[in-house]
Amino acid sequence: MKDRWIALYVENQVGVLAKISGLFAGKSYNLKSLTVGTTENEDTSRMTICATCDDITFEQIKKQLNRMVEVIKVMDLSNVPIHMKEILFAKIKKCSDGDKAECFRIAQAFHVEVADIGEDSVLLECKLTDRRINELINLLKLRFKSIEVVRGGAVAVESISTSCR
Amino acid sequence: MDITGKKMFVKALKEEGVDTIFAYPGGTVTDLFDELYRDNEIEIVLPRHEQALVHEAEGYARETGKIGVCLVTSGPGATNTITAVADAFYDSIPLVVFTGQVPLNLIGNDAFQEVDIVGMTRGITKYSVTVRDRKELGKILKMAFHIASTGKPGPVLIDLPKDIQVAYGPSEYPESVDIRGYKPNEGVHLGQLKKAVKLLKVARRPIILAGGGVKIAGAQKKLEKLANITHIPVVTTVMGKGAISSDNHYYIGNSGMHGRYAANMAVAQCDVLFSIGTRFNDRITGDLNEFAPKAKIVHVDIDAAAISRNVVVDVPIVADAKLALDQMLEWVEEKDTTEWLQQIAAWEKENPLEMRRDRGMSPQMIMEGLNKVFDKATFVTDVGQHQMWASQFLEVNDNKRIITSGGLGTMGFGFPAALGAKIGHPSKDVICITGDGGFQMNMQEMATSVVQDAPVIVCILNNYYLGMVRQMQQLFYGKRYAATCLRKRKGCPDFCKGPSEICPPYEPDFMKWADSYGVHGIRVTKEEEIIPALETAKANKDKSTVIEFMIATEDLVLPMVPGGKAMNEMILKAK
Repeated sequence: MKDRWIALYVENQVGVLAKISGLFAGKSYNLKSLTVGTTENEDTSRMTICATCDDITFEQIKKQLNRMVEVIKVMDLSNVPIHMKEILFAKIKKCSDGDKAECFRIAQAFHVEVADIGEDSVLLECKLTDRRINELINLLKLRFKSIEVVRGGAVAVESISTSCR
Repeated sequence: MDITGKKMFVKALKEEGVDTIFAYPGGTVTDLFDELYRDNEIEIVLPRHEQALVHEAEGYARETGKIGVCLVTSGPGATNTITAVADAFYDSIPLVVFTGQVPLNLIGNDAFQEVDIVGMTRGITKYSVTVRDRKELGKILKMAFHIASTGKPGPVLIDLPKDIQVAYGPSEYPESVDIRGYKPNEGVHLGQLKKAVKLLKVARRPIILAGGGVKIAGAQKKLEKLANITHIPVVTTVMGKGAISSDNHYYIGNSGMHGRYAANMAVAQCDVLFSIGTRFNDRITGDLNEFAPKAKIVHVDIDAAAISRNVVVDVPIVADAKLALDQMLEWVEEKDTTEWLQQIAAWEKENPLEMRRDRGMSPQMIMEGLNKVFDKATFVTDVGQHQMWASQFLEVNDNKRIITSGGLGTMGFGFPAALGAKIGHPSKDVICITGDGGFQMNMQEMATSVVQDAPVIVCILNNYYLGMVRQMQQLFYGKRYAATCLRKRKGCPDFCKGPSEICPPYEPDFMKWADSYGVHGIRVTKEEEIIPALETAKANKDKSTVIEFMIATEDLVLPMVPGGKAMNEMILKAK
């Protein structure tokens, strides 16, 4: 079982998102993240999907997606160089002055922006890889009593020149 | 000049060569019916329930090879079709189902008879869509017929809001349609196929496993030829029964849960399994770890997603069965399989497929009667014990086919599907083989038979029970017959272990029931009455004939592989 990434071109039509997510639900595939937006062509949407599964299930997922009339193209991003980023908002609540200082230190170390600040809370905003975001969230959970996390789901695009992920 | 949506609808049907439509009216489709009525060229078959309507279209499609076209209203009309649409999906039957819908501006308002039928059927259709723009209607109609009938066939559902039906728009119906996400496989990978042929060439104990895909592709003759040239024995799935004549020298029988002993042993012991047009569902494989454990497996299927899903295969080939067989026939050579065929014959001798011959009429005798009386016929079964007996004992060949609900296993399928087959092919004898349970799920369709002048022969195998489940209770649940006795009434003892003198009578009386529709009824209680009854029924060309065979309550479908067990672990005799 590991995380696999797929980019999917689909018809930009009513019900297509429901159809894709319904496939994952109906066939008990483990959907970890799904983002969707229109592409440069208004009639086409692109999805970035992360599924946690074994090799055989992943093959099935790709085949099942390919089978759908509304799916134009399935791209397996699991083993190709890509750029991938996810948006994160993390609100740190019930902060003491010490906590706030700690927030700023973490923000600096992670290259995270402080988007907003109040009497006893700090809002962090960042755009990182999903792995980096997981690490950041783990750290915040460890250091602070009360946090609120809003994740955007990852988007990915194939690299142009770099060969690393 | 612009035309209305309803005119475009009728135009599209005609362009697609539709001459018969299975349709039930309602508020949101009255415009479409009005247009069909005025046009008066397409025959409307009016059934008595929308589920049966779609089963009728399935039978029609299977019998004729055409697309079954359905029209129902929104809400309950649409939801009633769902079971049958799922049935068509799992058995790859090409259907186009039109559902009415409330006007666009009412969608989402919980309007009268509004349901999200497209959402509900997403997982059981090849494609389903609501038409939201009159300009798109022509294209969507074309897509529907194209998608339903190409690649792996299946049902397509088109939801037509009431206002779209009367809105004006372009009058052109496209001749073809290009769908960027839908490119059914049209070729065959020669390299892979060569590998398969090579494997078969060196195999010592090869088996061909043929599924329903061979029949859908119309490749029966090719398969027969392949077996005749190579001398490789053939087994079939339930859906594949008829993929090769049952009297072919190389045909062993069905394999699977209720397969023939020799067929299941052959699959268990083979060294190369060449499977074509089957998706290896659990009824065929049993315990996946023990399925054909010694074999290299070749899998030919038109659906890439069917390959290596249940059984991991050595040579996957995505192709239409006919194309693949055609190509193989150019390469294959005669092969000496004498020893292997002898082994299979020895298995057959060890445990022949044979029911009891004592204590009066057995289901096998009924099937043998059908084999004897009918030379050219379509047999349509329902689901349950009778279906397995039919699949085990019926002869099939060029002139005799069997239509059954294999994937979804829908009780209530048989009778309406038989009517659909008869409507599609009026000159042919159509025989519905059904159980007393399944028949009652759609018996209202006798009215359709009468009004459509579509006489069929209904053979009800009545054992007073929901036999297939009762069989499981008998074998695995200590004869605790929970809710499977159809005679059970409030006054019966709570824990009944089987029939006795105190059992209440069976309802309904199928003879009186037949009489109420003005159709023929024959009750058969003895072996010697089987043939005369079938012959009388065959001679009744005016109306349907209901033959009620009073079979023994305790007869079992054997062999039986208990769920989850290996295919060679068969129960062969009742304890």
